[in-house]
Amino acid sequence: MAPLLRVSDLRTYYFGFRGTRVVKAVDGVSFSVEAGETFGLVGESGCGKTTTCHSIVRLLAPSARIVSGSIELEGEDLVKKSQAEMRRIRGRRIASILQDPMASLDPLFSIYDQVAEPAYYHQALRGQTLRQRVKELLAAVRIPSPERRMKDFPHQLSGGMRQRVVGAIAQAGSPRIIIADEPTTNLDVTIQLQYLNLLKDLQRATGVALIFVTHNLGIVAKMCDKVAVMYAGKIVEMQSVRGLFYRSRHPYTKALLDSIPKLGVKERLYGIPGQPPDLSALPAGCSFHPRCQQVMDRCRIEEPWQHDLNGDGNVRCWLPIDEETAGRG
Amino acid sequence: MDRPLLDVRDLQKHFPVGGALFGKTRGVVKAVDGISFTIKSGETLGLVGESGCGKTTTSKLVLAAEEPTAGTIEFEGRNIAELSRADLQDYRRKVQVVFQDPYSSLSPRMRVGDIIAEPMKAHEALSSAEVRARVTELLELVGLRPDAARLFPHEFSGGQRQRLAIARALSTKARLVVLDEPVSALDVSIRAHIITLLEDIQARLGVSYLFIAHDLAAVAHVSQQTAVMYLGKLVEVADSLELCASPLHPYTKALFAASLPSHPDEPREQIVLSGEVPSALNPPRGCSFHPRCPFVMPRCSEQAPGLSEVSPGRRVACHLYN
Repeated sequence: MAPLLRVSDLRTYYFGFRGTRVVKAVDGVSFSVEAGETFGLVGESGCGKTTTCHSIVRLLAPSARIVSGSIELEGEDLVKKSQAEMRRIRGRRIASILQDPMASLDPLFSIYDQVAEPAYYHQALRGQTLRQRVKELLAAVRIPSPERRMKDFPHQLSGGMRQRVVGAIAQAGSPRIIIADEPTTNLDVTIQLQYLNLLKDLQRATGVALIFVTHNLGIVAKMCDKVAVMYAGKIVEMQSVRGLFYRSRHPYTKALLDSIPKLGVKERLYGIPGQPPDLSALPAGCSFHPRCQQVMDRCRIEEPWQHDLNGDGNVRCWLPIDEETAGRG
Repeated sequence: MDRPLLDVRDLQKHFPVGGALFGKTRGVVKAVDGISFTIKSGETLGLVGESGCGKTTTSKLVLAAEEPTAGTIEFEGRNIAELSRADLQDYRRKVQVVFQDPYSSLSPRMRVGDIIAEPMKAHEALSSAEVRARVTELLELVGLRPDAARLFPHEFSGGQRQRLAIARALSTKARLVVLDEPVSALDVSIRAHIITLLEDIQARLGVSYLFIAHDLAAVAHVSQQTAVMYLGKLVEVADSLELCASPLHPYTKALFAASLPSHPDEPREQIVLSGEVPSALNPPRGCSFHPRCPFVMPRCSEQAPGLSEVSPGRRVACHLYN
């Protein structure tokens, strides 16, 4: 069985100043997502995680271009689709939930209009059937008294409620896959928990796959089945969620895990030295080497390729092959 | 020294709402509604709560940027409401602040050296050589090179800017620094640096912090005492480690349940709060947490529980415990 979504060697670059400046925001990213699975994409700001998502739905900024690679959704390559074809895919087969619900909802349209739109276009529902469907969708995201709330406008809802409406819109076209890009960053902790539980319940009910983009490893631990850690446009480590937390291989992943405060533990935190890299001026060799504690001479010259980790993911680092015989060496 | 550096008692701040100019006000928002806490010299009090619970109003009151509706703030044993102009200025010298967003809190048109020097120039008569020496010293303290003084804020990353903001806060030899969400705007790999830096500075200079954040794990890591705030009131105040080991108030329990696990198999008590934080304009009768509380009892909707000591140093406002 082919996976639901397979991204292979995706490269998306930004071109500025008539091509004199190239920013390799996504530089050879490969991963696959199975139906019903939650895939986490973790990294700091500017590591290319959002550009990866925008590439998948083909909503890139004018200065960005997919240079090479393929994005196969149920066997069809999305990179080769026209924008007209993409319009029939977005909302129906892939939906998105973005960080700021106030920016993704139109302030001039009622909740009903906005939730109804995907069902109207993609499933050709009309009249009472459409109304019923909107009511179901709002009830599914636990909007209290949906009949009444439907007539409201976004400004009349709280932040958590708005993000739930965005969730209802994402569900409206019955997509196979939902890309959630930092969906809870603007929410309070107790509301965040409600929202994450809600997404899990929706996933159980509909079998939709989720791509969860976040910088928060706690969300990954709670939500994801498989995780890819991105650094400077590349996936540096990809593993099952337990593999990542208990047997992380890449020094960047380890450092990230050591740098977050744990509840009730006063241990000194590990700070990763240096700054996140500038994508237009990356260091030679491994992009992480200037900040790496275990840097070797080879890392400064040669970029590590992807090594398989005994069937459970892969890592881009020169270290693991010395420690064990995973992958080709 | 037994006397706390900062002693806040029954502090209230009410904001009138609604009504046009000269019109009748429609009500008051009790942003801060009778809170009491102390901060000892060289220690940190963490203040946790969700947005709109009154954390920032509390910080403004402590900074003497807002006048309280009722209650007192004592600093080094003196009520700040009764200070003379000169003494109030001295209070403001000793109590400084670091804001969440280092992009908007540093003037883009000033050089870093001038930004850091401005507070000390305002408060002390120093020669320019003395100012320069202090700026250099401060930059080194926060882990930046002395030649940073000539640069502008845009030449620094978010984490470095937050270091500059910390240097500025310390430039007047502050005794208390209010840290209002100092790491929330930073990247994960940078947060640890700033938290460690703040801890190191405290160990070296003995400053006190009022650390305001919504991330329970970060607050508990930095502070000796943690206070949990909900709708303008403190619901629990305890030693940070004790609080993590056994949260008592149902809201604190819910916050812990909502905090994200540090690994996939970390057990979590399942307390999912229903509903959202009620409006502060029209808070529920009795205990303001009762509509969302999983352990609600009949008396919770009638009588507001007071913050009472359940064990030494540990105060909880809940009918379950008294």
